[in-house]
Amino acid sequence: MAGSGTAHLRPADDVLLRVENLVVDFPAGRGRKVSAVSNISFDIAAGETLGLVGESGCGKSTTGKAIMQLPRPTRGEVVLEGTNLAGLSGEALRRTRPRLQMIFQDPISSLNPRRTVADIVEEPLKIWGIGTPEERRKKVEEVLTAVGIDPVAASERRPHEFSGGQCQRISIARAVITDPEVIICDEPVSALDVSVQAQILNLLEDMKERYGLTLVFVAHDLAVVKNVSDRVAVMYLGKMCEIGAPDDLYARPTHPYTAALLSAIPIPDPEVDVDAQHHVGGELPSPIDPPSGCRFRTRCPHAQDLCAQVEPQMQPVADSPGHYVACHFPLQAVEPVESAVGAPAAQ
Amino acid sequence: MSSAQVIDGAQPTGVPGAGPLLQVSHVSTEFPTPRGVVHAVNDVSFTLERGKTLGVVGESGSGKSVLSRTIMGLLPRSAQRSGEVVFEGRPIHDLDSAGYRSLWGTEMAMVFQDPMTALNPVMKVGRQITESLRYHLDMDKSEARETAVALLRAVRIPEAERRFNAYPHEMSGGMRQRVVIAVALACGPKLLFADEPTTALDVTVQAQILDLLAEQQRDRYMAMVLVTHDLGVVAGRADEIAVMYAGRIVEKAATKVLFREMRMPYTEALLNAIPKLGDPSHTRLAAIGGRPPDLVDPPKGCPFSPRCPYARERCHEERPELTPSESNPDHLYACFYPVGSPETEEIRVRIQAQRLIDSAPPEVREAAAEHPGGQG
Repeated sequence: MAGSGTAHLRPADDVLLRVENLVVDFPAGRGRKVSAVSNISFDIAAGETLGLVGESGCGKSTTGKAIMQLPRPTRGEVVLEGTNLAGLSGEALRRTRPRLQMIFQDPISSLNPRRTVADIVEEPLKIWGIGTPEERRKKVEEVLTAVGIDPVAASERRPHEFSGGQCQRISIARAVITDPEVIICDEPVSALDVSVQAQILNLLEDMKERYGLTLVFVAHDLAVVKNVSDRVAVMYLGKMCEIGAPDDLYARPTHPYTAALLSAIPIPDPEVDVDAQHHVGGELPSPIDPPSGCRFRTRCPHAQDLCAQVEPQMQPVADSPGHYVACHFPLQAVEPVESAVGAPAAQ
Repeated sequence: MSSAQVIDGAQPTGVPGAGPLLQVSHVSTEFPTPRGVVHAVNDVSFTLERGKTLGVVGESGSGKSVLSRTIMGLLPRSAQRSGEVVFEGRPIHDLDSAGYRSLWGTEMAMVFQDPMTALNPVMKVGRQITESLRYHLDMDKSEARETAVALLRAVRIPEAERRFNAYPHEMSGGMRQRVVIAVALACGPKLLFADEPTTALDVTVQAQILDLLAEQQRDRYMAMVLVTHDLGVVAGRADEIAVMYAGRIVEKAATKVLFREMRMPYTEALLNAIPKLGDPSHTRLAAIGGRPPDLVDPPKGCPFSPRCPYARERCHEERPELTPSESNPDHLYACFYPVGSPETEEIRVRIQAQRLIDSAPPEVREAAAEHPGGQG
């Protein structure tokens, strides 16, 4: 996987947000660094939901935050409708904040415990000086109702009086109140029970339709990601393995890592024989000293010498439009990319 | 060492090795809190045979973790408990703390959810294993060390010799959970409680840990209580499943029977709420509305009735007892109008039709809204 390359990107006119050659490094002490995100590219069309999946440490959350410029990426571009956010100065970047919002994993700690729900949800409007107090109150009522919270009963209460699922609804209300174009959802349901998880996932779909949102949905649960996404990108150790429409990608996983992730999911059906499933061994290598070539090779059942020497580039999967994979020995046929054919030899 | 004495001192009602390993009858656990008494576990009974796995499934607050802690005697002093727990024919529910200590490790052990906090951060992992070997099995230092290294190998920790001297923070979450399992297995328990053993782990590591538990269980002929919120985790791994809601078992059956013929609406709702890999993306999920009841003041009738799509008047007034199914005496459920009964079928068809409409594109939904009742 180690997938670099940009063959999977679509024409710039068709996309709302485009991330190109994104690199996020963190200092790891003694002059070393960790590349949490190591040269990945993707794009999102307006109204689309992009799911980012992978194990802990694959860089999916860092990617989500790097889009928000939190922190600013080390290299690479994040282009929102023609504006490169990575190149903006502080104040110009701040001006883009209402257009990009975020929902966090832990709904309780992401809300200020000392403030009332109405204050929390109204704050973005106050910061931007949008509307009169009366208009703002109306807007708060409208979004709270939209997320399924009764504004009359809830407005003057504080976050600790609500369950995790309700707090996540309040977070969603706060995120949509500025009419953003893009919302980054960082593991928004992984702290919730399955019954509540289903409520929140349904709500996100409703909000997307109602407010015309574009979502980046970061999660480790492949079934959840499939449910909400129009495109899914699988990440491993800071690189992208595979990207495609969920129905294609899940039916015909082309990267061995995607196949491994899918086979590891416990299926709620006792007729499925767990002993017959092949589970990937090993663990994520250290991102401080990642394997050469394809980063998945140390755990890959198909790895050969080539995988250690040359980093695979993104190439289209045959007969599966919009489906791209970065692997030397993909599980499905791929079409060669002009630029990628010569590139590996040059490295 | 002391375990043998305690077992001799008790009155075994059966020959060791015969009869069920664990019999739990009418166990309840309550916690006094400033808001009132929390009824965390209510009147739970089950039997577990040697070498078998019972899956205990439920949402947060269903009492599933408190149940295993009650059986193991790991409750805070303030907890009030009642009911009977019989382990290998010997009642253990009224043991004092010394009595429980003699059971822990050698007879029953627990694997906790969070491997980051279950281990002592300032003690080398090897010592955390040898500690119980030396205390319970009276091993000398070198024998304990050898056994511990063998255990680390058995749970597939690479370079076990070297890892013996590592601290927990030097290991990944998956490796730490392997150490926790090695600690639990060290004294050869007959019963292992695994309380959400994989919830804190990645999906690929989760599969490895569940495989490891299954393998160790087979090798040691150990019984296991696998507590989880994920029906997917127990589906392939448990012989029997108990579904808990509001501190009670609301349905219990052999795993295949439960999935094939579930009768309790809560079990059905729990399964339907899980996003399925096989469904196309953007399939509308069947969420369970509302939230679990307050266990300080549980509702009068069936605890699930406020969220149940099939609930009728009787459900809100009277609590259904756990009763055997007509066709299968080992399949228990607590419901007046179970899934598959004529009273629920009509509602079920209507809900499914609504779900189909909700998953459809907006145009179709609008059309359906303009012609209401068309599907009735």
